[in-house]
Amino acid sequence: MSAIDPSLVRFQEVVPPGANWSHVLKRGTTLRITDVEGGVNVSALMYNFELLCERLNLPDTLKCQHIARLTKGHCLYTDMGRILVSITEDTCGWHDPIAGCSNAKSVREKYGVKRYQEARNEWHKNAHDNFLWELGKYGMGERDLAMNINFFSKVTVDGDGRMAFQPGNSQAGAYVDLRSEMNTLVILNTCVHPLDPTPVYAPKPTHLTIFTSPPQAPDDYCRNSRPENERGFILTERYFL
Amino acid sequence: MSTLTESPLAPSTAVYDFTLPAGEPWLHEIKRGQTFRILDLEGNQAADTLFYNAHDPADRYSAQDTIREQAALYLTTGTKLMSTRGNVLLTITADTCGRHDTLGGACACESNMVRYAIEKRSMHACRDIFMRGIQEHRPEWDKRDITNNINFFMNVPVTPDGGLTFADGVSAAGRYVEMRAEMDVLCLMSNCPQLNNPCNGYNPTPVRLLIWD
Repeated sequence: MSAIDPSLVRFQEVVPPGANWSHVLKRGTTLRITDVEGGVNVSALMYNFELLCERLNLPDTLKCQHIARLTKGHCLYTDMGRILVSITEDTCGWHDPIAGCSNAKSVREKYGVKRYQEARNEWHKNAHDNFLWELGKYGMGERDLAMNINFFSKVTVDGDGRMAFQPGNSQAGAYVDLRSEMNTLVILNTCVHPLDPTPVYAPKPTHLTIFTSPPQAPDDYCRNSRPENERGFILTERYFL
Repeated sequence: MSTLTESPLAPSTAVYDFTLPAGEPWLHEIKRGQTFRILDLEGNQAADTLFYNAHDPADRYSAQDTIREQAALYLTTGTKLMSTRGNVLLTITADTCGRHDTLGGACACESNMVRYAIEKRSMHACRDIFMRGIQEHRPEWDKRDITNNINFFMNVPVTPDGGLTFADGVSAAGRYVEMRAEMDVLCLMSNCPQLNNPCNGYNPTPVRLLIWD
């Protein structure tokens, strides 16, 4: 499904470069994140909105699906064995779950200092501080930080464990669909990937579409992609019984 | 990449020496400058471990910051264990195992249900052990403080195409990992009780914990 049926669209929004966004993605809706220009990085955290200490757990997500990247068919799990969102479409092919987020030190060392006082909206921002600003709006803070995803970025690991950022992973127009299986608090920002070697500070915008999820068919790709995910869906459905 | 590094320290000179059975929590402060050793007594035993700044536990171990700062996924001699605020908590100074995981997280009743069978819920798991540990020793903490941990002695290779596997352990009886505290830290450990995969060789065993001044 590349084009979204217009009657299903609830709202759309553009997140500017280096900016924050959050939303409680209701069960039964899907968030499409689109790379507008190519080369965007979208850092994201997720929580069960009804129980904020239940959060995206990337180690559980990776080990139950035997993966170190994210793409279509994969499910994002909480620490309670439940699925926050499932990835129902992905034209990018690789989203990074391992390299973490930029912080004030990494941005300062790579790009220099650019304060709001002088630069206004062109000031240098980082994903760690952006996460904290947005978490604060929900009464959360440093203790709620966990491992984050970097959508549209690719970091590979060789046989000795060495990590390498792969430029050019995402093209303009690439998108990933996150189908909410629970009421999921999504916290995201468009700060640059911490391993992006581009020497100039150049975060990119992203376009978001929230739409009503089509009904889950018996042959649902995410649910049937492996027995672990079928059990994950069963546990998630039990939560709502 | 993994080179084995031995330590000159003798257990007889340690100021602290404790043997932690499998399936139990341990919380202990390690002072700046002290050296902390985890010894795999019988081999292939995963020690699930978290560290916190002892004076401000909101500043705690960060798996992603640790691996990104060294641009390598596995922990071994020379690895600086980084905190969420970018501080160095400890530095690994000796390692006779060669590779330790920080991507696989702790086992949990709930993840066992997903990974193996819904009927596995009642089996003992590290996240329960972490929870009991903080309820007993740090009652002001809660589940938010249980973050993504280190699995000392565990081998979780990632493949170049983005796969992840749980391989047989690279540890053996008598192997150890040793680290120097760069600030006063709290260590929270669960000696892993997992029986559903080879991370403990299907036989969880004690680990010995030593501290030198």
